[in-house]
Amino acid sequence: MQATANEAQRARLVIVGNGMVGHHCVEQLIERGALARFELHVFAEERQRAYDRVHLSEYFTGSCAETLALCDRDYYASNGVHLHLGEAVLDIDRERQEVITAEGRLGYDQLILATGSYPFVPPIEGSSGNARLVYRTLEDLDAIRAAAGSARRGVVVGGGLLGLEAANALKSLGLQAHVVEFAPRLMPVQLDGEGGAALKARIEALGVGVHLARATQSISAGEHYRYRMNFDGGEHLETDLIVFSAGIRPQDALGRACGLEIAPRGGVVIDSQCRSSDPRIFAIGECASWNGSVFGLVAPGYAMARNLAALVMGESAGEFSGADMSTKLKLLGVDVGSIGDAQGVTPGARSYRFIDEASASYRRLVVDANGKRVLGAVLVGDNSYYDTLLQYAQNGIKLPADPAALILPQGSGAPALGADALPDSATICSCHNVSKGAVCAAIDGGCSDLASVKSCTRAASGCGGCAALLKQVFEHELTARGVTVDKSLCEHFAYTRQELYGLVRVEGIRTFSELLERHGKGHVGCAICKPAVGNILASCWNQPIMDPALVPLQDTNDTFMANMQKNGSYSVVPRIPGGEITPEKLIVIGQVAKKYDLYTKITGGQRIDLFGAQLHELPLIWGELIAAGFETGHAYGKSTRTVKSCVGSTWCRYGVQDSVAMALRLEDRYKGLRAPHKLKFAVSGCTRECAEAQSKDIGVIATDKGWNLYVCGNGGMRPRHAELFATDLDDETLVRLIDRVLMFYIRTADKLQRTSVWREGLEGGLDYLKQVVIDDSLGLARELETQMQQVVDRYECEWANALGDPEKLKRFRTFVNDQRADPDVHFVRERGQRRPAAPLQLIPTHEETM
Amino acid sequence: MNLSNTAVASETRWQAVCQASDLVADSGVVVWHAGEQVALFYLPGRDRQVYALENRDPRSGANIIGRGLVASLQGELVVAAPLYKQHFCLHDGRCLEDPTQALRVWTVRLRGGEVELARS
Repeated sequence: MQATANEAQRARLVIVGNGMVGHHCVEQLIERGALARFELHVFAEERQRAYDRVHLSEYFTGSCAETLALCDRDYYASNGVHLHLGEAVLDIDRERQEVITAEGRLGYDQLILATGSYPFVPPIEGSSGNARLVYRTLEDLDAIRAAAGSARRGVVVGGGLLGLEAANALKSLGLQAHVVEFAPRLMPVQLDGEGGAALKARIEALGVGVHLARATQSISAGEHYRYRMNFDGGEHLETDLIVFSAGIRPQDALGRACGLEIAPRGGVVIDSQCRSSDPRIFAIGECASWNGSVFGLVAPGYAMARNLAALVMGESAGEFSGADMSTKLKLLGVDVGSIGDAQGVTPGARSYRFIDEASASYRRLVVDANGKRVLGAVLVGDNSYYDTLLQYAQNGIKLPADPAALILPQGSGAPALGADALPDSATICSCHNVSKGAVCAAIDGGCSDLASVKSCTRAASGCGGCAALLKQVFEHELTARGVTVDKSLCEHFAYTRQELYGLVRVEGIRTFSELLERHGKGHVGCAICKPAVGNILASCWNQPIMDPALVPLQDTNDTFMANMQKNGSYSVVPRIPGGEITPEKLIVIGQVAKKYDLYTKITGGQRIDLFGAQLHELPLIWGELIAAGFETGHAYGKSTRTVKSCVGSTWCRYGVQDSVAMALRLEDRYKGLRAPHKLKFAVSGCTRECAEAQSKDIGVIATDKGWNLYVCGNGGMRPRHAELFATDLDDETLVRLIDRVLMFYIRTADKLQRTSVWREGLEGGLDYLKQVVIDDSLGLARELETQMQQVVDRYECEWANALGDPEKLKRFRTFVNDQRADPDVHFVRERGQRRPAAPLQLIPTHEETM
Repeated sequence: MNLSNTAVASETRWQAVCQASDLVADSGVVVWHAGEQVALFYLPGRDRQVYALENRDPRSGANIIGRGLVASLQGELVVAAPLYKQHFCLHDGRCLEDPTQALRVWTVRLRGGEVELARS
């Protein structure tokens, strides 16, 4: 058969719109082999091929158009689909069955409208330019970014889901963000009054201004900012830019122009097969109106696309029967969930509510009149309840005797719905309509890891909200099939780090060989278990790491208490607590560096790094540093590094507390503490945050009443803002809470896991951590404090300890039988200092840098 | 038993390089030997107690093998190179991850409180 002949015989299917739903429809058609029967054309108004609008705000935090794209660049071409980017369809000639673009006309046999929606901008006097931005496309985002360049403050009009996303985008552009909402609460569609109030409290705590029940009447020139928004009550708010996110309207202009039936509230009217009033024209997604409703979420749009693709291919297609508008989001970092009848409007519906005003958490469970089924739920502050509640609601699972337990804090033992309780028909991923049965089938079909289940079923590849549930189901099903999920540390220990920590603690084990003998295999250990156990022993008992039984466990940097560089030489970092140093000590560092010809550099942690020391020089260098009053800086260990600080109230006109004194206190307390990974701290003397505490594992920011504690932040490779953990603490409480957080981290984290990753993996999230640490829900607080005090009491400078013991110094010889230095270490001079000579490969072994 | 390698022929000539007390248990030290750097690993209490390998890491070009961590992987004794963590077999200097890398090995024994290397 000739390909060209085939081309001529194929019917022509035209899709207008290349958004998420239009793209999904193409995917579904390709999967069903539609290209054998149809010549497929896709017209897109935008120049960018389909991209992920759900995660649009990531465009401002590192994602680019390419990473947001929903398919590979050549996906359309390689599948034989004609993609017309940047070519808007201007009109539809229904009589001649042709679409009309600026380029010309193209006939169709069947036409699918997937034109989506456009942002609604209320007509307000004076609204233009930067006072009339919207948040919908990548081009819109480019415009916002350009406007933000010269701006300090930005306002979003609209406190719904998209509005809060837009506020987040403004915040990540460094603007002071405000949200103005017409309704008396945030997210009026998804939340009830209390839920809206909790969300408002949380968002305000993040520094975003929230203004409810305000209608903007006009926009005029501002005094302090570029514009002034005048509200109907006489109040006003000044700003440099305004983004409208006051709802969407179906993009139904083409349908209107060619005379298709349009719903009273907009949208091309469709039946349950997505067919418009013209049998050759279909509409899917946000441009369509089904039963008087337009669905502004991606899942129902995908369902329409799926059904329509099946219908077009003559398969038995499901009928669109409305959509579940349940949704789970992270808005401005705040968990928000809404399931089913969230407002409890079903006749006879009754509600259970849990309100925690202290942490601004809110949960509501709506059940039917006879208390048998979940009708809906509202969650603010903690979405860990969402998956279970959604399964109850969607599958009509009978409620437990005490339904309130489903929303009570989980420390009190809520009956979580296990993966085994779900029926095979339970939907795991609603974006791609993947049931538990489909996941099981994939596992039976040979998918042996989570990644292959995802690529096989596409579960968790839409909005990603079901990832945790999918993992749970996957692991449960593997276990049910007799496959054990191997969590062993290495070939010598069939335990996780957490389990080994428990064994060491409970059995009082002090050495590696003891632990290996009792709970491990073999006699030697390896490069995974030895440093991990060495680290656990140090966290528990804090014996000097140069003790003969501990020396062989350490990774090379811990062994020689210095950081090996690419040519085998070392760098040396003396502790400079809080970054405070006397001129005398500064001079000593300079003298030592000069004497041993060390390359000298200031670190990001407010101390000084001395590079280029050979092994045999380390004791000499440390002898001089210790004589001048320095201690080891532990730059080589998985341990406390620095407590960075600003000068605070002693010098700074803005400072409200003595941040240096607090930094000294914290550094003195936690120096020498070994943890699953390195620990960085900072203390800022006021809210200007010059010490950058919010990028640290432990961040402390002064308030006029005391200290705010932030936890689990990170800079470096995977930046993460620390989260506000407790506010207005006095000195003692602050230290007590840090003791508990750190010891709980040491006890429960995986090996080499930073606090940020640990926190993200913590079931129950920040609220759970607060319950354990602040409310002492596990009854652990005293124990954690005692354990920390033990480590603090046993502190000893490792270098001072080593210098006092000739046996320990034995190893600090480049050659044990010769006085010479390593003749292969060569330096050259550059910018007045020396640096390694040979062009060796780059290696990131030095971890002091930020 | 003091002989660490009984397979060596009787006419082998030995040279003492350092004292046994210079060794560090379950770890490595380095000796200067006829213009070369030799890393000595000491595992007391085992059938063979001393191993001698080239100190130069072929991947980084730095002389650091003697500062590596001694480990056992799938029943083989190995040393992990400090910079890139590749493993070399203590017996024959083979690299487990990359067959193109290998370390030279010396025949070595403990005798009379001294560490001796066989002269080639």
